[in-house]
Amino acid sequence: MGANLLCNYGESVAMLLFGIGFGNLLLQSNLIKKIIGLNIMDTAIYLFLAEKGYISGRVAPIITDGVQDVNKYINPIPSGLVLTGIVVSVSVTALMLSLSIRLYRRYHTLNLDKVAMILKKEDK
Amino acid sequence: MSKLKQTQDYEKTASFKFFRWISGEKDPYIGTIEMQEQSEHQVEDDTITERMWEKQMIIDEIYDVDHNRILTKFHKLYKIAAVLFCVALTFFLLLTVSYLPRTGNAANPDNNEVAQRYIESGLQETGAVNIVSGMILTYRAFDTFGETNALFIATVCVMILLMVDEKTLEERSEARLNSGRIKDDIILQMTAKFLVPFILIFGIYVILNGQNSPGGGFSGGAILGAGLILYANAFGIKPTQRFFNEKVYRIAKVSALCMYGCIGLYYYTMGANHLADHIPNGIPGHILSGGIILPIDICVGLEVACTMYAFYALFKRGGL
Repeated sequence: MGANLLCNYGESVAMLLFGIGFGNLLLQSNLIKKIIGLNIMDTAIYLFLAEKGYISGRVAPIITDGVQDVNKYINPIPSGLVLTGIVVSVSVTALMLSLSIRLYRRYHTLNLDKVAMILKKEDK
Repeated sequence: MSKLKQTQDYEKTASFKFFRWISGEKDPYIGTIEMQEQSEHQVEDDTITERMWEKQMIIDEIYDVDHNRILTKFHKLYKIAAVLFCVALTFFLLLTVSYLPRTGNAANPDNNEVAQRYIESGLQETGAVNIVSGMILTYRAFDTFGETNALFIATVCVMILLMVDEKTLEERSEARLNSGRIKDDIILQMTAKFLVPFILIFGIYVILNGQNSPGGGFSGGAILGAGLILYANAFGIKPTQRFFNEKVYRIAKVSALCMYGCIGLYYYTMGANHLADHIPNGIPGHILSGGIILPIDICVGLEVACTMYAFYALFKRGGL
């Protein structure tokens, strides 16, 4: 174990959240809960990126009073990456939810185990 | 001899088909592309052999999930393995975090010369006070174009999956009207009447000030979309369609995406740096500043607002 686990508490929390989301994804059999798990994982990544860009004692990268000194602002690149992540996460979530709606209309259940059961009976 | 073509000859030409398609007389997809309605799952009447077979399967404990020993064992094992895997994954991620450099330290390797360049010469090169806006819409405009395309493709996919034809749409709205839900909620309507103009104006403000303050196309577009959704929730879909129907949606969405594409293409073919000569950067802090950031922000804002409202409308009733 390295020395920085407690100093990087934000990143540690992000990783814990990622684990929780991944656990949701694996353990839940309800599709909506699986999607919620994936969204928790997304959120963990945003937190991680925001922590990566943060520099203590500096302000958000919006130029105030015409000061263009590197030592005044935080790193702007991770902020841009978080923006990309949010947009992609919204698109993916909408797509997954609409697919679940189609699945529900066909099988009248969101439980993946039951859907697999019906499929098995259909195949024989 | 007349130079006019015979009607039969004319009907074979591409221009006839094109104009017919434009005027909407014939949709070339209908009849040529396989379009199947999704059928509901129906339990068929089993024949005697099938019923016997099913009974045999239940006896063999293949269908009887609750008492199938192998399946129960598998589920238990799966759960244990999943928990173990998650714990192991989290442990290794935490281990990695513990070796990462300290958060908030300016000497970290990710605070390198790229960020320095953006901060030190971003204002002169892009004219944007908000460095993040300047970065994602000029230096990385192509990246953001891909993002906007991702949104566009997501809406197209949701439309493919959830859109229904007009007949079903009317049936559904009638069924909803007759379902005895509360219509015309007076509290919601008064609140919406008061709030929606302010929400829309705030959204436009955030879009137009993307280069000067936190915000920009994505957040402003989301605010606009939220205002539209509130309006549609309070007054129903009919009043919303007066100003935001499928035609407006199509025109706004496609033209915004095309305009963004054209600006990006021009920007890249002109070698990125010469654009400043054509579109002046303006005085930093003013609304009309920031060169190409403002038009791109408006395009992205339109795109995101349309996407948000389309998601809502498609999920709620299967049509715009």
